[in-house]
Amino acid sequence: MARTSTADSRAASALPRAEGPSIGARLFDTFGPFIVIGSLVVAWEIAAQRQLVIPFLLPAFSTVVMKIVDDVTTGAFFMNAGLTLYRTAIAFTLAAVSGVVVGILMARVVSFRWFFDPLVSVGLPSPKVALLPVFMLWFGLFDLSKILLVAFSACFQIIITTWHGTRGVEKELIWSARSLGANERQLLWEIVVPAALPQILTGLQIAMPVCLIVILVTEMAMGGGGLGDAMLVNARYVRSPGVFAGIIEIGSVGFCVIKSMEWVRRRLLVWHQETQREETTF
Amino acid sequence: MNKTIALAWRYTPILLLALAWEAITQFGLISEYALPTFTSVLVSFGDLFFEELLPHTAQSVARGFTALVVAIVVGMTAGILMAWYKPIRIVVNPFIQMFYPLPKSALIPLTIMWLGLGDVSKISLIFIGCLLPVVVSAFNAARGVENVLVWSARGLGATEREVLREVVVPAALPEVLNGIRVALALAFILMVTGELIIANNGIGFLINFLGDGGDYKGMFAGVIMITAVGFCADRLYLMGMRRILIWRE
Repeated sequence: MARTSTADSRAASALPRAEGPSIGARLFDTFGPFIVIGSLVVAWEIAAQRQLVIPFLLPAFSTVVMKIVDDVTTGAFFMNAGLTLYRTAIAFTLAAVSGVVVGILMARVVSFRWFFDPLVSVGLPSPKVALLPVFMLWFGLFDLSKILLVAFSACFQIIITTWHGTRGVEKELIWSARSLGANERQLLWEIVVPAALPQILTGLQIAMPVCLIVILVTEMAMGGGGLGDAMLVNARYVRSPGVFAGIIEIGSVGFCVIKSMEWVRRRLLVWHQETQREETTF
Repeated sequence: MNKTIALAWRYTPILLLALAWEAITQFGLISEYALPTFTSVLVSFGDLFFEELLPHTAQSVARGFTALVVAIVVGMTAGILMAWYKPIRIVVNPFIQMFYPLPKSALIPLTIMWLGLGDVSKISLIFIGCLLPVVVSAFNAARGVENVLVWSARGLGATEREVLREVVVPAALPEVLNGIRVALALAFILMVTGELIIANNGIGFLINFLGDGGDYKGMFAGVIMITAVGFCADRLYLMGMRRILIWRE
């Protein structure tokens, strides 16, 4: 009997919509995340102040904040973030345009598909950053090689999702448009691209974190300014507050980039049912 | 027999690309310092295979595999528990929200500072990178499990643990397996990345080392090696995934 009653209460807790939470529970829901992060920061500060850990390994949170404030006020942060974002933006645009074009062509032209299918299936899982020394050899140490390596790393993912998305467009849509007299160009722009857009955007959203990972690596390996370079310099000179500040700075930049992509997705897909649905993803 | 021909036909473009590479370099359209001939790269591949390529790749793959396995176990557990128990979700979610948008390569200097140059620092870097896709996909999948399934199992008298093991985990499996595929690709990227920046062994180190030393044939051989390993790992994973999900059809 006792077992049944606990099972019942569990059943209720597994169904968030059915339960009526108390005020305490609701407060915890709202402020829980802030309490967790806040206590983490406080624990960090105390551990560092009491020197429970060697200061080199864990500088105090306040020291790290000071370093970030310093970076922001001197403008170093904006310069480095600007350089990194500028490279990422060009590389991402390059990858997006070439990836979407190749992906759509693969779905529509048989010979294209035959040629690119094996290349993409080999290229997608292989770690493209391994080509870093090759790109350094071919394109030098400056922006060109960084941008091209990032674009190359990201484009396979975009090609494959565009291809699958375009291929998956419902035949009925295409037939109806044809019977209503749409020509090939209209068919592409009015039917195929909008219908495949959710998948294409998913591909872009997967590709962006890869872009950010690779751009930092190229900056660490080749120098030339940017957040990755700044961070590695700090690590070389054993300035650990700089390393921690770098992680927080890079994290905030990444956060902004990824959130703005989600925003763009919602804007572009206002008409799509996924926007109207309740959100279950992160 | 037909299958073999179809497979050969499918991968002909790669052969064409190799032929184009050989032709371009043989006719001297590109300096051999920029791109050695394909045949010379193959010879170098054969020379280096047992001495250099295989041991370095084995070291890299061993690190990547360890990290991936730990990430899968920890990530699945965390994701499913997060979906099932609200307090866990509230405590763990902020960390995930914080680390999700961070490009994991930013942690390379930190892992080196804390854990040194050895295996541990590289394994932890790959582990952190792989963990998030697994957690997020497990969480989404477990939340998406149909309530009807859960209710039926409870109605048939399943305990909480049985519901998790017999209903939630299998129902979430397809999506989790897709998340793990993303993690697999990330594992390879981070594996090579960590070694390119600072390391003293591993395939990423080897490629960088040979490139720095001017042995471009060896460098390209290394790139071919890691591409082949990445491709095989992905194919093996897909085969395994189909096997695991055979009950779905």
